[in-house]
Amino acid sequence: MTAEATNIPAPKRRSLYQLDARTRRRNASETRFRAYGVAAIAFGMIALAVLLWSILGQGLSAFTQTRIAMDVTLDAAVLDKSGKRDPVELAKATTLAYGKILDQALVKQATDKGLMPEGLSAKDAAGILSKEAPAQLRRMVLDNPALIGTTVQIEALANGRIDGLLKGRVTMESAKLDSNVSPAQLVLAQNLKDAGLLAKSFNFDFITAPDASEVRPEAAGLGVAILGSLYMMMIVLVLALPIGVAASIYLEEFAAKNWFTDLIEVNIANLAAVPSIVYGILGLAVFINFAGMPQSSPLVGGLVLTLMTLPTIIIATRASLKAVPPSIKDAALGIGASKTQTVFHHVLPLAMPGIMTGTIIGMAHALGETAPLLLIGMVAFVRDYPAAPPEGFLDPAAALPVQVYNFTRRADPAFLERASGAIIVLLVFLALMNVAAILLRRKFERRW
Amino acid sequence: MNDMRLMERVVDDTRIKISAKDVQVWYGDSHAIKDVNIDILDKTVTAFIGPSGCGKSTFLRTLNRMNDTIPICRVEGEILLDGENIYDRKVDPVQLRARVGMVFQKPNPFPKSIYDNVAYGPRIHGLTRNKAELDEVVESALKKAALWKEVKDRLTAPGTGLSGGQQQRLCIARAVATSPEVLLMDEPCSALDPIATAQVEELIDELRENFSVVIVTHSMQQAARVSQKTAFFHMGNLVEYGDTTQIFTKPSDPRTESYITGRIG
Amino acid sequence: MSIGILTLIVIALAAGGFLLGRQIAVGKVAGDIRKLHSLPGYYGQTVFLFTAVPALLLMLGWLLVQPLLIHERVGAMIAPEDIASGSSASLVMSDVRRIADGLALIEAQGAAIPADAGTVREALGRVGVALGTDVKPSVYAAAKAYGAMSATGGKAMSVAVLVLALAGFGFAIARIRPAFRARNVSETFVRALLIGASSVAILTTLGIVLSLVFETVHFFKVYPFADFFFSLTWNPKFGGGSDLGIWPLIWGTLYISLIALLVAVPVGIFSAIYLAEYASKKVRAVVKPLLEVLAGIPTIVYGLFALITVGPALRDWFAQPLGLGSSSSSVMTAGVVMGIMLIPFVSSLSDDIVNAVPQSLRDGSYGIGATQSETIRQVILPAALPGIVGAVLLAASRAIGETMIVVMGAGAAAKMSLNPFDAMTTVTVKIVSQLTGDTEFNSPETLVAFALGLTLFVFTLGLNILALFIVRKYREQYE
Repeated sequence: MTAEATNIPAPKRRSLYQLDARTRRRNASETRFRAYGVAAIAFGMIALAVLLWSILGQGLSAFTQTRIAMDVTLDAAVLDKSGKRDPVELAKATTLAYGKILDQALVKQATDKGLMPEGLSAKDAAGILSKEAPAQLRRMVLDNPALIGTTVQIEALANGRIDGLLKGRVTMESAKLDSNVSPAQLVLAQNLKDAGLLAKSFNFDFITAPDASEVRPEAAGLGVAILGSLYMMMIVLVLALPIGVAASIYLEEFAAKNWFTDLIEVNIANLAAVPSIVYGILGLAVFINFAGMPQSSPLVGGLVLTLMTLPTIIIATRASLKAVPPSIKDAALGIGASKTQTVFHHVLPLAMPGIMTGTIIGMAHALGETAPLLLIGMVAFVRDYPAAPPEGFLDPAAALPVQVYNFTRRADPAFLERASGAIIVLLVFLALMNVAAILLRRKFERRW
Repeated sequence: MNDMRLMERVVDDTRIKISAKDVQVWYGDSHAIKDVNIDILDKTVTAFIGPSGCGKSTFLRTLNRMNDTIPICRVEGEILLDGENIYDRKVDPVQLRARVGMVFQKPNPFPKSIYDNVAYGPRIHGLTRNKAELDEVVESALKKAALWKEVKDRLTAPGTGLSGGQQQRLCIARAVATSPEVLLMDEPCSALDPIATAQVEELIDELRENFSVVIVTHSMQQAARVSQKTAFFHMGNLVEYGDTTQIFTKPSDPRTESYITGRIG
Repeated sequence: MSIGILTLIVIALAAGGFLLGRQIAVGKVAGDIRKLHSLPGYYGQTVFLFTAVPALLLMLGWLLVQPLLIHERVGAMIAPEDIASGSSASLVMSDVRRIADGLALIEAQGAAIPADAGTVREALGRVGVALGTDVKPSVYAAAKAYGAMSATGGKAMSVAVLVLALAGFGFAIARIRPAFRARNVSETFVRALLIGASSVAILTTLGIVLSLVFETVHFFKVYPFADFFFSLTWNPKFGGGSDLGIWPLIWGTLYISLIALLVAVPVGIFSAIYLAEYASKKVRAVVKPLLEVLAGIPTIVYGLFALITVGPALRDWFAQPLGLGSSSSSVMTAGVVMGIMLIPFVSSLSDDIVNAVPQSLRDGSYGIGATQSETIRQVILPAALPGIVGAVLLAASRAIGETMIVVMGAGAAAKMSLNPFDAMTTVTVKIVSQLTGDTEFNSPETLVAFALGLTLFVFTLGLNILALFIVRKYREQYE
């Protein structure tokens, strides 16, 4: 065969050492294309960095809290009129009475040391204390009635605005526009600080205390939310792991190829992609309205999260069951083990690390999930710790991510600090879980 | 080897197209090609033969710098294409590969139409000025690859829908369409059935009119059938290089003889 | 008897059954276990399973059904005139439940139960159960009946569960003899349990579909179908007469999803391409996990990020200087943050898909002198296109169903505007606000959430099925 005569000039052959214009253009476009890739990755990395930085920047300060050191004389005449130290009688002294004692102690201390600014009334001076401080003092006294009549040194919680002053959130300029705090109060706080009586210290209460009302952000904590999340994770683990593993074993090892199996497969694939809020609707309609389970309870939350996590666990478990080589099954079957024995004695133990990893990752997702919990009433304001399980599973509780959402809906900007702080706690839990999953995978990773 | 028509082979052209001097190739720490010196002639089919792992494919890939895509691969020495060192820093492998095309072991048509497969090279290298010219290039490449008659009515059909032999000829057409000077073929028939193999071998013989063809093959019969020159590689060394007739009838090296008579390989 | 104790008793009985069954089996062959059909453990196992499983299933079923039955009976006792205006039967029922619980508490403390309704509130107050209003006689009677029925029901359940456990125990023990195929029986039993576990997936779907459809039908009984689907205003009112047109919500949802995809798709695909084709092993080992961190961050964190950082930044740097608005909640805020959330989703799916394109195609392209980017653009991307389209559809379905970011970043105003710096709202935001609000459950304002949920479910399900279909087709191509 001969080549057709064409009228196209054969490409001119130039020296290889000279780049022709077209190659140069192509190389430039190559460089551009590569730059797009680098830019895309940089965008992702920067977004991650800004995200973490803004959360850490806002939230780390939630772990310290401003307190005012002072000597308080617990006047027996006020606190225990009967003088018998009878708990029932003691309980009759309200936080109002304790509030007065605290206020007097603060004003006295400030006046004695000459720290009172000009023109600040005693009432306003006492305003730098948190509304939660009397309650804390009252709890302290009720726990230990022997303190009555003595003078104790306490560190009373300062008001959220004063806390804001130390954290740079509140300034003299902002105080002028603020009905909740006056510049003179800030001066007093500044004086107390200079005298070493007012300082920030580590805030254990943020992790252990329950939520607090709208007007006392300085007292709000995550105790109930952490406990609620923990209860839900317990339920998820107890339900999702066995059901998920059982379903995976059936589908991977026993299921015949028929319409029923196909139906299950299709269902699992689709459930994995159903928006989480739809699970919330399911929980509301089925568990609360139909089955009459209590609202806001960890039980309902745990059930909803279990259903949501199941597809993840099933998918991970099936992958690790699949990774066990058939030769091991054949070996067991070959010496006369039944199918069930083979699966439970040989396949399952080998697949266990993968299953655990999948379960931890599924639970980490469940821990951070918010939307479905909103619908089953977990947005409610809960101040009481739930009881110990199993009864506690029915008590109202909060959950960590929902607590974050609750904080963000309150007017006082100090709650944004709390929200970011709560997210740090949440992220620490998630990081721990993921590290555990990675370590587990590393330790038991097996290449067949 | 009775049917080998060795005597009919004549080397048409004695012009040297590619000249390799002291070429060494390393993959990481392993020395894959050692001291290879070879002159490959224009308008000639040169076969590289040798047992698996002898380095023949590796050496083939150094000829159009396909090794560049493997990060751990390192080449030393000189390979001259028309007297210019292709490993010179000034050389852009993209420009080089337009002149030294390659066809692979497994047919690998792109998931595009037959037309677009062949037009791919001319388009990226900007070889044509308009659609009419491109049509002409595609037609001529398909004709050179002996595929035109089979596909001219379905140029818009996907290339992946062709049979194995047709796919490989499509890949040859794709390589030919950029009008390269050298065509490298890495075991082009190993994934094909005997009939498709015969077609491709026939095609290789025809391609010799326009190109210098270098073919790596596992089959000595194939080397004998299609090539005028043969190089025998063994453990990274070029053991023997000469006219195909001479290699297959009077090999000078005992290793070549062992391989040809089937004792190693 | 509390449920926990009952469960423990059943399990203890079953565990005892395991040991006993095993022993009986061994005893029947005088210790020569070779004469048994199965290993001794299997005989114990059959006893365990027959004792525990039916009894616990009965208990579970009872716990679900009993409240429903009692609810129905007791509900009928409450006089209709005792349901205050603004209240509802379900609220009164919850009062009934609390009164009943309080009475139980009073009884437990050994105090006398108040004889008439008038003194109930005070009596309950003493044991720490606070009631909002005085108790109506019919409600009090209902509460007493409720308490009595619950107590009887609980006792009946305990008895029934224990009887069933013992029956299973006896039945399984009686069947033990050397020729009894204990292994086969227990394996069949286990397999039945496995099938049961797998059916949870079907039940979940069924639960979702039924609860959505059921309440949606309710909704359309009190609100016209055509107004929901064709009205262009969304304006719920407390007193009724609300406009509940879905279009403003759909518009907001799609607008935000579009912006999210405009961010996530190019960034995700280019990251995937760079990681798969260009990046060195080291870069890949660092960048890939970091991108996956983005995927592991809960959406509430993104929501807060939108609220405290992205929203104010977009407002101060773009919206206000450009005169486009002064709201920090906007379509743009929610869209950009959601886009960031979806980057790893798009990139890891695309990464898999790009890696699935065979190396031979790359070689073929390089072999005739294509540059890397030409190879990617003209060979790899077209080859991977169906898979990438599938990935984008999955991402779109995620975006449409995402809740927290839009709740915290998009705003609550339902409007149809083109300005991306306007606050708009989405289907998911309205589901949350309608279901967490204070409106009565049976009002159209609450029930509309289920219709919205059904719309959302159908929409995302359609996208998912389409995406899975495309991805599966694509996988087959290279297998």
